[in-house]
Formats: sequence, C-alpha cells, structure tokens
Amino acid sequence: MADTAPIAAAPLTTADGRPLAEALVAAQARSRRRAFLLVVPLLLFVILSFILPIGQMLHRSIYHDGFSSNAPSVSAWFAANPQGTEPDEAAFAALVEDLRTMQANRTAGEAGTRINYVLPESRSLFTKAAREAKDLQPPYREAFLALDPKWGDPVLWEAMRASASPYTFDFYIVATDFERAGDGSIVRVTENRQIYVYLFIKTFLLSGLITLICLVIGFPVAHLLATLPMAKANLLMILVLLPFWTSLLVRTTSWMALLQGEGVINDLLVWIGAISQEGRLRMINNQTGTIIVMTHILLPFMILPLYSVMKVIPPSYARAARSLGATSWTTFRRIYLPQTLPGIGAGALLVFILAVGYYITPALVGGADGQLISNLIDFHMDKSNWSLAAALSAMLLVGVLVLYWLYDRLIGIDNLKLG
Amino acid sequence: MALPTYATPLERLWYYAFRVICVLIFIFLIAPVLVVIPLSFNAEPYFTFTPKMLALDPEGYSLRWYDALLTLGMPAPDGVRDSAWWAQAWETSTWIRAAKNSIIIGFWSTILATVLGTLAALGLSRPEMPYRRLIMAILISPMIVPIIIIATGLFFFYSNPCAPLAIVGIEAQCGRLTSTYLGVILAHATLGIPFVIITVTATLSGFDQSLTRAAASLGANPRVTFFKVILPLILPGVVSGALFAFVTSFDEVVAVLFIAGPEQQTIPRQMWNGIREAISPAILAVATILVIISILLLATVELLRRRSERLRGVSPH
Repeated sequence: MADTAPIAAAPLTTADGRPLAEALVAAQARSRRRAFLLVVPLLLFVILSFILPIGQMLHRSIYHDGFSSNAPSVSAWFAANPQGTEPDEAAFAALVEDLRTMQANRTAGEAGTRINYVLPESRSLFTKAAREAKDLQPPYREAFLALDPKWGDPVLWEAMRASASPYTFDFYIVATDFERAGDGSIVRVTENRQIYVYLFIKTFLLSGLITLICLVIGFPVAHLLATLPMAKANLLMILVLLPFWTSLLVRTTSWMALLQGEGVINDLLVWIGAISQEGRLRMINNQTGTIIVMTHILLPFMILPLYSVMKVIPPSYARAARSLGATSWTTFRRIYLPQTLPGIGAGALLVFILAVGYYITPALVGGADGQLISNLIDFHMDKSNWSLAAALSAMLLVGVLVLYWLYDRLIGIDNLKLG
Repeated sequence: MALPTYATPLERLWYYAFRVICVLIFIFLIAPVLVVIPLSFNAEPYFTFTPKMLALDPEGYSLRWYDALLTLGMPAPDGVRDSAWWAQAWETSTWIRAAKNSIIIGFWSTILATVLGTLAALGLSRPEMPYRRLIMAILISPMIVPIIIIATGLFFFYSNPCAPLAIVGIEAQCGRLTSTYLGVILAHATLGIPFVIITVTATLSGFDQSLTRAAASLGANPRVTFFKVILPLILPGVVSGALFAFVTSFDEVVAVLFIAGPEQQTIPRQMWNGIREAISPAILAVATILVIISILLLATVELLRRRSERLRGVSPH
C-alpha cells in the first residue's frame, strides 16, 4: 500500500510521458475518424445519387416559372397591386404586352399550362389570346372580354396572381383536392373532382388490407417453420425464399397466366364444377388482382421477420401454461402471441411500407380500379405535369419516411434481415 | 411440434387442420413461380394447360416460344442455323441484346455497390462509429423509399446533373445522364447498396474484432489485415450482398423506364413492354429462364450462409 500511494497521486502517463486521459481521448478521436472515413465514400455516393435527386424533386414541387418567367409585365402589375384589386386597364395592357412576347417566343402554351394546373381548361385561353394579341386595340379590357368573357373572371386573375411568383404551394393545393377561389381563399374542389385524397386513402387502406392478409397467412407458416425440426424447416424455407428471389415481373406474369378469364385457375374451377363456363371469375385487371398478386409478392417480407422472432421463443413457457391448466387457446392468446409481437410489428411495418409505394404490380394487373398513388405519379410524369407529380411524390415520401422512422424506433434498422 | 399426449380430440383436429392450411399456403407461395415452367412449353398460344398437355402428349409441348424469343428482332429469322446465323442472332436478337445490357449494367452496378457498401459496413460495425444510427438509416433508405419517387428524382437530376450547383450560385448545364449506361449503373448501384450493407453488417456482427488487433500486433498494416484476415472471413456475406445487389439490378424496371434510352433496353424492360403490349407465351419462356436463374442464385446464397455459419462456429440457426 505504501509503495503504490505516490504512483496513484501522480497523473497517469503513457510510455512517452503524455497524460493517459489525453492520449486516450486522442486515440478515440482517431478511431472515430477512421471509422467515419470508411463510410465517407458511400455516404457521398448516396448523397449524390439519391438525396440530391430527391431534393431536386422536392424543389420542383414548390417551383414552377412557366408563367412568371414568360409574363414579367403582368407579374410586375400583381406585385404593385395588392390581392383583391380589380384588374384595370394597366393590367390588361401588361397582359397584351406579355402575350405578344409569348407569341414571338412561342411560350404561350408554357404559361397557359402553369395556369391550367390551378384552373383547368385555361391553357387554350392563353394560346388563343397570344395568337390574337397583335391585333388587339385599346381599350384592352373590352377587347379581351370580346375575345372570351372568361378574361373578366376574378378566379382566372387570382390563378395568374398565384402563378406570378415561381415559388408556390399551388401544386400541394391541387394535390390535396383544393383550389383557389376568386377572392384568393382556398376551397375544396367539387366532389366529382376530388381524386387525389381519395387515392391516397385508398392506397393506405389497400396496403393495410394486404398487410393484414399477409399477417393472417404468414403467421401459421412462420409458426410451422419455427417449430419443425431444423432439417425439415430448412427445406420448407426454400418454398418461402424462392418466390422472394424470383423476379417481380416473373411473378406478376405468372399470376396473369393463372388468374386470366381463360387462365389456369378459372379452367380448374370450371372443370371441378365450382363455376359455370359463363360464370368465369374476373380476378385480374381489377382491385382483386392487385390484392392477390401484391399479397403473394410481399408475403416473404412478413414470414421472414416473424420466423426469426418465433424461432427464439422457448417452448417451455407454453408448456408451463398448459401444465398450470390453461387451454390451448388461452396459451396461444396469453403466452405465445405476446411473445411474437416484435415479429408482427417488424413484418407488418415492412410490408405496409413496401405496399404503400408499390408501382409495378398495380400498373400491370390493377386495371382501372386497382391503381395506387404511385401509378398516378407516373401518369402525371407521363403527361409532363412534373411539378404536380413532384408534389404527390413529396406527400407519399413524407408518409413513407414517418413509417420508416417508426420502424427504426420500434424495431431498429440493424435488425432488418434478408433470408 | 409433435402432438402432445394430453391433446384433446379438438386439438388433434386442429393440429391436422393447421397442417392442411400450411400446405395450402405453401402452394399459394410456390405454385405461381413453378407454373410458368410447364406453360412455357405450350404448343398453343394459350396461358393455360391444353388437353394435350394434361394428357402428357408430346404434341402438346413445343419449344416454339423459346424459338420466338431467340429470333425476335432478327432480320432473317428463318435462315439456316449455321454459325453465321448464330453470329447474327448474337448481334441482332432483341432478347439477346437485352440480356447483354442487363448483364453489363448488373455487373458494374454490383461492383460499385459491393465495394462501397463493404467499406461502409466495415466502418458502421466499429463500435466507435459516430452518428451510426442516422447514417445507417440514410444508407438503407433507397430500399424503403418508393421506387417511383427515386425514378422521378433521378429523371430530373439526370436531365442536368449540374443543376443543384445553383444552390451555391453557379448556373451550369453539363451533359445528360439520361439514356446513358452510366446513368442506369449509378441508379442501380444506389438501389443495391442497402442489400450489401444489411448482409455485410450482419456478417460482421459475428466477427471477432480481436482478430484485427492480433493481426496488427503481428505487424500487419490495415490493408494486409483487411485482405488476409477480415475479407476471407466476411466473404460469404459480401458475396451474398453482391448477389442481392445483382438481382436487384437484374430485376429493376421502373428506373430503367424513366432514365434509360432504347440503347439500354434490359430484360425486365423488354418483359414490361411484352406484358403491356401483346402478351404471348414467349414471356413465359423468359420467365422460366429467370426462375431457373433465381433457383441457382438462391442455392448459392444458401450454401454461402451455411458456410459462413460454419466458419463462425455457429450451428445453423
């Protein structure tokens, strides 16, 4: 004891005389830096090829200069006059000036398209007026009203005001089934035009239904795999993993062959007499097709997490419950089921996340009523309604990221396993 | 889960009913994958079993759809099948060209994803890694974010890759990545990265870090330690990650539809066109070939997994 006391009193140092605590901090910082450096190349790559493109898309959902860049004079008039100002002669004169430039640069369609997003059927108004612009004489207000009485509509002017700045929330307004009224307020569109919110709800409901079906049919299989002897379970596992490894398009194609009116399943049902020749079931190119095929494709994502949780549940708990007098149903409900909850959560969240963003299967077998929100995004991309597609994508993205955050919170991404 | 001796008759009934239910679910899982194989040999242009096929009559079966696959897009499909004809098929057949594109794109995107992914996984599995959870979440997100959103973003980005420089005030226009092999390869590598990260970090979680310290104490520099000690041990995980990345690329159609041009026609895109336009049993012939490929890949991954578990001294499961 007497020998060690002086050593403990002096600060501990390394062999080269540096204080130990300081050396440790430096060494830890060095190893943190080393670990981080290994990740840097990939992180940069993912930022460049993934984060940046998505950021650009988000930017596009709030930015559209189709009108503002082609109609500087009108935009200036809007900036000078507060919201609610009746368009006066100066406004119409500015409009004529802009329309003449548009006609010369052939950009009237571009500007009209921007207005068209918030006010359908107004694109032709602009292309037509641009063609006539050079012949218009003052007073311009009357000249425009003679051309088309719609030019006096305050709703149109409100739409133009909203488009006069390149930064706008208009696409989110449209994507949530709202529109701008004549007084600048934002109101719901009429019932027959409410398509986007309906499709979002439908996408979430269908995904929920598919998740539920996957859980109901995945649970028994996972339980069987987890309780069978190893050799048998490994063999049966191949039946789960093979579909998982098979191309999506192959599985979708094969379901098309199976589910068609003249396909294998209908033929089989007719042959065993369950349905008549005329009563062949319509199982494809509709919502039923989407549900069946997506359930099949996503089922392994439910079975695998369930299986990995069930595998480590000790059977002794269930046996103990039975020996204490519980019925098999009570044992399942009170003992087994609660222990499988982490697996149910992991599988259900994963299936739901993947289902919400599904595109390929609904596009191929969904027909008219089996389309999901991804297909609508594709539709607008196809029609070059890029900003609207971007706004819809952004809304879907937020939904998915919330679910992803939840997944990370509850289950942890580290626990994601593949096969 | 053998039936216990104290089971009531109802439980016995349920035990067998449960087995039957499971068998039905397994049929649901596997039948769609396997049914394309016999259907692709159909002699008639139908998607169902003809009476002749059911009677196992050889006349009911044919290779006509495989032949149709081979000759699609060839200027002279009916010529004599000599070496010149095969050389022409190699150059002009639509499906062979699609297969070549798929393999080129799959190969390079796999290399990119595997090299970068393995390096990052090494960093991520060190205990001292800062912001581990956040970085992991970012790197896995390409698997979670809907493909249509990624494809839309890439479509905008690739039309002018320099546009984001506007943030720092530089307005620049530099080339396009749409309709290029490089564009598709970069996109597919991004999609494959999560799989590499997941499989390699899973393998590394069982890796004994003291082995690297042992190597270092014996005088090995980090590079030698990696190639001589770490890599041989984690190789099974790396290879299965690479296979996952390859399959992801080999099966990817949405990004290709958005950003690739006619020059980068891949097998999935050709299938997509085939399904959307006039679906013929030739698609089932492609599907059969792909099913056989996936059986081979699955077998490889399973063997690797068992080998890896043996190496780590963990009994299977």
